[in-house]
Order: sequence, then structure tokens, then C-alpha cells
Amino acid sequence: MFETNRRGLLTGAASLAAVSVVGFPAYAKIGGKKDKVKAAFVYVGPVGDYGYSFAQDQGRKYLEQKLGDKVSTNYVENVSEGPDAERVIRQLAQAGNDIVFTTSFGFMNPTLKVARQFPNVAFDHATGYKTAKNMGNYNSRFYQGRAVLGTIAGMMSKTGKGGYVASFPIPEVVMGIDAFTLAARAVNPKFTTQVVWVNSWYDPAKEAEAAKALLSQGVDVISQHTDSPAPLQAAEQAGVIAFGQAWDMTKFAPKSQMTAIVDHWGPYYVDEVNRLLAGDWKPRSVWWGMKEDILEMAPWNPRMPEDVQKAAQKIVDETKAGTYDVFTGPIKDKSGKLRVKDGVKIPDEELLKLDWYVEGVQGV
Amino acid sequence: MGWKLEPRREESRAMMLAAPVIAVVATLIAGAIVFTLLGENGPGAVYQIFVAPLLSLNRWQDLLVKAAPLAIIAVGLSVGFRANIWNIGAEGQYILGGLAGTGVALQTLDLEGGWILPLMILAGVLGGMAWAAVPAFLKTRLNVNEILSSLMLNYVAIQLLYYLMRGPWKDPEGFNFPQTAMFSADQTLPMAVPGTLIHIGVPIAAALGLTAWFLMVRSITGFQIRVIGLAPDAARYGGFRQASTMWLAMLVGGGMAGLAGVLEAAGPFGQMVPQFPTGYGYTAIIVAFLGRLNPLGILLAALVLALTYVGGESAQTVIGLPAAATGVFQAMMLFFLLATDMLVRYRLTRTTPAPARTAPAAAAGEPSAGSGRPGEPPPPAGDRIQRERTEAAAL
Amino acid sequence: MTVPLAVAIVMSIAAAATPLLIAALGELVVEKSGVLNLGVEGMMLIGAVTGFAVSYTTGVPALGAVAAMAAGALAALIFGVLTLTLMANQVATGLALTIFGTGISALLGAPYVGITTAVLGPIFPAALADHPVLKVVFGYSPLVYVGLALTVAVWWFLKHSRAGLILRAVGESDEAAHAIGYPVLKVRYLAVLFGGAMAGLAGCYYSLVLTPMWAERLTAGRGWIAIALVVFASWRPGWVLIGAYLFGAVMTLELQSKAAGFSFFAPELLASLPYLATIVVLAIISAGRKSAKTAAPACLGRPFRAST
Repeated sequence: MFETNRRGLLTGAASLAAVSVVGFPAYAKIGGKKDKVKAAFVYVGPVGDYGYSFAQDQGRKYLEQKLGDKVSTNYVENVSEGPDAERVIRQLAQAGNDIVFTTSFGFMNPTLKVARQFPNVAFDHATGYKTAKNMGNYNSRFYQGRAVLGTIAGMMSKTGKGGYVASFPIPEVVMGIDAFTLAARAVNPKFTTQVVWVNSWYDPAKEAEAAKALLSQGVDVISQHTDSPAPLQAAEQAGVIAFGQAWDMTKFAPKSQMTAIVDHWGPYYVDEVNRLLAGDWKPRSVWWGMKEDILEMAPWNPRMPEDVQKAAQKIVDETKAGTYDVFTGPIKDKSGKLRVKDGVKIPDEELLKLDWYVEGVQGV
Repeated sequence: MGWKLEPRREESRAMMLAAPVIAVVATLIAGAIVFTLLGENGPGAVYQIFVAPLLSLNRWQDLLVKAAPLAIIAVGLSVGFRANIWNIGAEGQYILGGLAGTGVALQTLDLEGGWILPLMILAGVLGGMAWAAVPAFLKTRLNVNEILSSLMLNYVAIQLLYYLMRGPWKDPEGFNFPQTAMFSADQTLPMAVPGTLIHIGVPIAAALGLTAWFLMVRSITGFQIRVIGLAPDAARYGGFRQASTMWLAMLVGGGMAGLAGVLEAAGPFGQMVPQFPTGYGYTAIIVAFLGRLNPLGILLAALVLALTYVGGESAQTVIGLPAAATGVFQAMMLFFLLATDMLVRYRLTRTTPAPARTAPAAAAGEPSAGSGRPGEPPPPAGDRIQRERTEAAAL
Repeated sequence: MTVPLAVAIVMSIAAAATPLLIAALGELVVEKSGVLNLGVEGMMLIGAVTGFAVSYTTGVPALGAVAAMAAGALAALIFGVLTLTLMANQVATGLALTIFGTGISALLGAPYVGITTAVLGPIFPAALADHPVLKVVFGYSPLVYVGLALTVAVWWFLKHSRAGLILRAVGESDEAAHAIGYPVLKVRYLAVLFGGAMAGLAGCYYSLVLTPMWAERLTAGRGWIAIALVVFASWRPGWVLIGAYLFGAVMTLELQSKAAGFSFFAPELLASLPYLATIVVLAIISAGRKSAKTAAPACLGRPFRAST
């Protein structure tokens, strides 16, 4: 299908490219073999956020490092989701990039619009659900990491109360809260997760205050789904355990960070560019995880007891082997109603729009 | 021997035109130096931001689309600024315009017809006006400083937007993401030039700029506004009512900001999202000043500001300049403009040891105190106190 | 409510209030001299990045705080030269300063992303500072006490010192002040520099105390709340103190109530509360402005020029 359509689409693209005064050889087709690929990245935050966008940019650097001369990369940071994103993406397509990675959910519709106008450029959108003939999407199973965190929290918490500093109740975040709580309750059935919404992805002062508020309510584990290391620092000051977000944040909390979910997008980017180089790139819907090495756990903190390390490692190993999935029933929701039957796994398409909380989640 | 500033008898027309040019050129030079010192490619940054986009037809489309909302808001604000009414709440008025238009759109999602878009636009204008009416009311009835009240309302508007996105207006089929459904074809701006990105907001911006220019120059109201700005006391004698000017300025500013909001929502966005406000309301203040509060100048200034955004993005990809550099360039440009601004009204002269020349009597339209006050201890070379053309921002 | 919880809440309120208090007191002095500087957020960011960089490089957080003040004052000097010497519009210059501060702090701070520094922590002996109850008095960063002392100092300065009298005279009527022979521009310059130094200090509270790190836009808009606070307090230092702790209490109690598992309002309403409250206060004080005490400085925002 794709192959047959490409030729016809190509003509239109060529005329579009001809309009460009800064004309670039945008004529090379997606399918052909290439000696070198030019890849562009669009970030929603500054690469200096040390959170999500920072981790994405580490993926870009990984790509450069792995493929050396065969790839050249460029990026635009701090791009607002909306018309600005559309303009940036179009500009990148016009500038002769072979592939454009748009790394935030809000870039989905802009990416789709531009993808239609540039059928000979490959587009890859992160964390969304729309695709096109030349636009794939990719996501990471962050919840697999959350299950590891939950296991550690469930085993190490003395009070049986964990605190969760969360941004917005979108499916991605809900999924994380649920996975964390399910895993924790698997080792300590009385474990509860207290959620505080800070209604921001990034507000260090507020994130820190939220963590402190949770601590004063008696939680002795801090988990977070916001972008700054502030909650981790608050945990370090209070001497309780916590987990890094998006990147290894040991430097901010050498005593408190037990481990971190490390967004390790690099291998996916290498894979995509390799496909372009080989001439067999096709849009995919990719939801990778630990197995494919785009999600890693930061090294266990030596302060973590040995049995906890073992249990955490077991979750990692079994996840990689495909024998463990935290979203396997029986799962009860907040009200105690059985939502997922014994042995049944929540299907991916339901996970991607998850909007209910499991038993043990509080404050939502 | 030294230098001092001396008021001009009349504003220098030459300087009026030259000041923005000087400011831009100074920004280019200083920018190249500053960024070289910061370890970046300074000259390359200047070239990529200010020159390269102008060489591409594609970038021109981006420039026009980006400049349109800035120009519309700034033209509206300039009316108030000329009357010394400092509406810095355009950001909130822009949001409310977008929200009002969205409200209409969400009610008419299943309907068809050419009447929907005009209705959305009308709602947008009214939404912006309504938000601007709050500071206008507070000022005229309670004498509340409009700078502060309009600024505070910006934050309230953002929270209102967040509330609607996460609650009542969330797309039921949107995977629980905080945003509305996409607008239908009848709710979306048509393109002004088919096959390009140039939607009808662009010609609307240009038309509004020209109309405003014509009105400011030719109409009685325009005259009234300018007189109030230049000489509030004289205006009072002339029988112009300040309250009505306040209302006029705020409603025009708010209405235009609302218009820009609904055009953005129905055009480039095609839906309402929490990321809708991107600071256009603040950037438009810079545009208004850079354009010397003249509608034609504003059209040009909006393009210059759009250039910094569009060029800033290409500078990131081509030479790896950080995004933050765009803000630094914009700020420097405004700094230089504000600095050169006084050349319009003042002249740099050499002071000599000889008795200072007596200054010319207050220039027409400058409601300053009279000249020399005999018998006072001489502060440095005379003591004529001159109130600049800015009225009290008293509460 | 248990004692530890009460202690935690009080300490959180103080932590949230202190930077607002310090920045707002600085801006209050600026506005009392008749100048409106909307660049507080920009100056705070410049202070935050400078404080972090110096603290990280020297290992002495206190030096970082001093450097943050200097950097804030330097940024304010740009504003001063433009608005005071060159008589540029204060609203536009202040906005430009915020844009500038946001950008330049990101550029200068790039090498410091992802690292942490020593905290500008408690000054009292651990027996007091870490005591489960007494820490509510002794357990703070020195900046918390600085904020309280500054409130008294600014109050005394404006109310009882001769210099403060001159400053207020300049803000109320620059022409009259000039006629009496007060150096209007010099007074305003000093006020603007002081405001910048305080904004810088407030900024480094974030990068050295609350969240010892640097990341772009670390202050996340608190500078605008500080400006609102000055108005909310109707230009009185005591009310700035009350207002800052009130704002801090609203923020803290919002999070505390959520952490305890219940919430009263839509978060959006709570987030807009400081601004709505400011508008209401503005309306009240403006309506009852017969009492001269509560009114804004008469010359606020107006440029001044004395010449031949």
C-alpha cells in the first residue's frame, strides 16, 4: 500500500520543495537507501529542564554517538504545542531533514498536518495515537518502571503510605499511579498511595511543597510524575526514600534515590534511523519498554536492602522476559469493584485511555 | 564641559523614523557581540535570526501568520497607549476571545453553515471586550489603576482556560487529555491565499492596521485620543471626557485582542488547548512600542518580532543557538528602542561653562510647569521641571 | 492536628512566603519612590542563577546570596538607566527586563543544569534547628529571618527615617521634592537598585534553599505574585508580611489538604485566588482613598525630568 502510493505523493512534494528558496534536496525518497540521515527533534521544554526534554535530548546524543558519520541531528527546544509547533515541524521538513521526531503529546495534530504536506519526509510522534502514511508513533511503557518503584516502596515503607506528586490526570499519569499502587500492594496489601496534583509539569517550588505536605501526613516514600528533581530533594532532606524521574537524579538525592525510571529513547532513535539508512522505513506504532531497552532502571542505591534489590531485579527480569505484567487481574478499582478478572491483562488500547484508579489510591 | 539632554521644540520626525532603525541595528551589533562572548556564534546568530528567514518564501508565510495576531493586538493597544491608558491585560483578553469563540464552536459542532464562523468571531470580540471592561469599570468608577487590575486578570483568565479544558469543555473522545474537540470545517478560518498557510487573519490584520491609521489621523475620536494622551489638562478644558476615552480605549484594545484570540483558535489551532496562551498579549506591548504606536509602524514591528521567533527557531537548528537567545534578542531590541526613543523628544547638546541657554518655552502640547523659578538654589544648570507625556498612573 | 503536623505546616508556610516577602518588600520601596518596575520575575531569575553559580563554584551558599543581590541590582540598573536617565516608559521597560532575565538566566545557567549545591540551611545549632518542636522557631534558612527583619527595617525606614521621608516625598510629588532640593533621580536610582537586590535575593531562595538546583524558569512566575502582593498590601510593609504569609498559607493548605485526602475548591479557583484578592483589595482601597495612607504613591509610573 505504502510503496505504491509513495511515487504519486512524491511529485507533489517535489513541487513543494521547489517553492523553497533555501531549496534542499528533499527529493530523496523515504524508501531509498541512504548514506547519511538528517534527523530533527522537537522538544516541548528546554533541554535544560533536567526532566522529560532533557532525557529526550540524551536520546538524540545517543543516536549521534552510535551512528557517528551516518547521522546528523538538530533540534528545536521550548516549542509551544499548537501553531508554533506546526511551523517548527514544517520548517524542519523543509530544511531537508529525513526524519522529524516530535516528542510531546501536544505535537500530534501539528505533526499530522505537516506529515500530509511532506510525504517524502518521515515523521515520528511520541506518546500520541494518530498515525499516517509517513507518520509513526512511539511510546515507552513507563508503567513497567512504576511497577518496580511500587515493589520497592511496598517493601521498604514502614508506614505503608506512599506519596505521589502528580501533574495532570491524563491516562499516562493515571497508568503510572495505578501501576505503582498495584505493585506496592502485591507485597504489602495494606499499602496506600496518597496523590497530590500540582497541576503543572514543572514548578519546582510547588513540587517541593507538595512532597513536604505528603511527608507531614506520614508518608515515607515519595514518588513523582512531574519533571523537576524538587520532590526528590525534599525526600532527601526528610530522610525518606524516593525515586528519580526521567533520568538518574542521584546527584540530587544520593541517599534517598533508590532508583530512577530512566527514559532511554536512544535505542529507538537508532532503530528508526537504521531503517531509513537501509531503505526500509515504514511508519510503526511502537510501544516499547524494558525489553527493547528504551526504559531502564538507574542502578540500585547500595542503601537498598538486599532482599528488596532482589525483588526489584526480579520484576525487571520478568518484565523483560514477558512473564510479568503489573496490569494483570484480579484488579479492583478504588471503590472495591472488580474491574479486571483473574489472569486477564488490561489490553493496550484500554491502558492508553485509562481513567480509573485502583484500590489503595487516595486523593484523586 | 559635558553632554546634556535638551527638549526639542517639536518631536523630531526624522528621529521618529530613525529610532526604531537605530534600535534594530544596535541590537544586531550588540547581539553579535554578546553571543560571541557567551561562547556562541554571534554573527551567525544574527544572520540566522534576522536575515536568513527573509530569503525564503516559506519563511515569509510563517512570518505573516505569526505577525497577524501580534499586529491585531498591538494596534488595539496603541489606541489606549496613545491616551496613556495602560492596558497590559491583552493576554487575558486574547484568551477570553479565544474561549468565547470556542464556546460558540462547541455549541455548533453538529451544525453547518456559513454563519457559524462570523458568529464565533463576533463572540470572540465581545469576549475580549468583556474582559477589558472590568479594568475599565474599576478605573472609571473606583479609580483603580488599570495597569495592575488588567495584569491580575491575565492570570485569572489562564486559570479559567485551565478549568474549562480539564472540566466542562474537555473532548469526550479525547483520551482524557485536557483539550476540546477539533473544530469543524465551518468553524475554521479559510485560507486567504489557497495552497499556502496564509489564512484570512493575515489580511484582516493588515486591513485593521490601515483602518486604525486612517481613523487616528482623520477622525475626531482619534484626535481626542491623541490630545488626551498629549495633554490631559488641555483635554479636560476642551471638554473631552476622560471616562469615555477610557472605555473606548479599553474596549477597542480588548475587542482587538479578543479578535486575535478567536482568529488564532479558529485558524492555526483549530481547537482550544491549555497551551493556547503563548504570551502574545505581552509581546504585542513590545510591538506597539517598536511601532511607535503608529498603526503602520505596528504592522512592520509585528513582522520584526515574528522574525525573531521564526529566525530563532532556524538558528536553533542551523547553529544550535539555545531557544533562550530569542528572548534575549527581543529584550535587547526593546531596550535599545526605549533608549533611542528619547532622541525623538530630546536633543543631545554640549554644555559649556558659559551660562546655559534658556530652554525654549514648553513645547506645544507639553503640560509642564513654566520655566525658571527665580530665587531657588540652582540645581544642576537650571530647574525647569518637565513632566513627560505620561499621565499619572495614580490609583 | 498533631504537633508535628502543625510544625510542618508552619514551616511550609514560611518557606513559601519568604521569597514573596523579600521580593515584594524590594518592589514596595521602588514603588514608594514613584517607580513601577514590572521586571521582578526577570531579576529573580537572574538572582537565582547567579546565586547558584557562585554557591556551586565557591562552595559557600552565603556568597551565592550576596552575589544574587549584586546581580539583581545590576539587572535593575539597566531598568534604572532606561527609565530614570533616559525616561523610557516603565511598563515596557519592566516587561523587557523580565523577558531579558528569563532568557539570559537560561543561557548563563546552562552549565549548571543537573547538579546541586550546598543548601543555605539553618544557622542555629542542630539541637535547636532539628528539635522536633523548637525547629518551628530555629529551623529555618537565614533568609526567613532576613525576610522578617527586612519587614521591620523597611517599615522603620519609610516611617521614621529621614531618608525614608525623602523617598516618600519623591514618590508622592517629585516636582515638590525637587523644588525643595531633594535629588529625585538619585533617590529613585537607589530605590530601584535596592528593589533589584531584593528580587535577586528572593530568586536565590529558590536555587539555594527551597530546591537547591538550577533549571530554566525556576521561579515559575512568583515575581508576578510579588508585584500583586505590593498592591494587595496597599504599599504597607506590615501588610506585605501578612499578605506574603497569607499567600503562603493558601498554597500550603491547598497542598496539605490534598495530601490529607480532601480538597475544597477547584484547583484553578485556588490558583487564581491571589490575583482575585488583589483586584478586590485594589478596588476597596481605591474606593476609600480619602485616607491618604492607603493610596498608591502619586507619582507611580511617571517619569521625572529636571532640566534647563
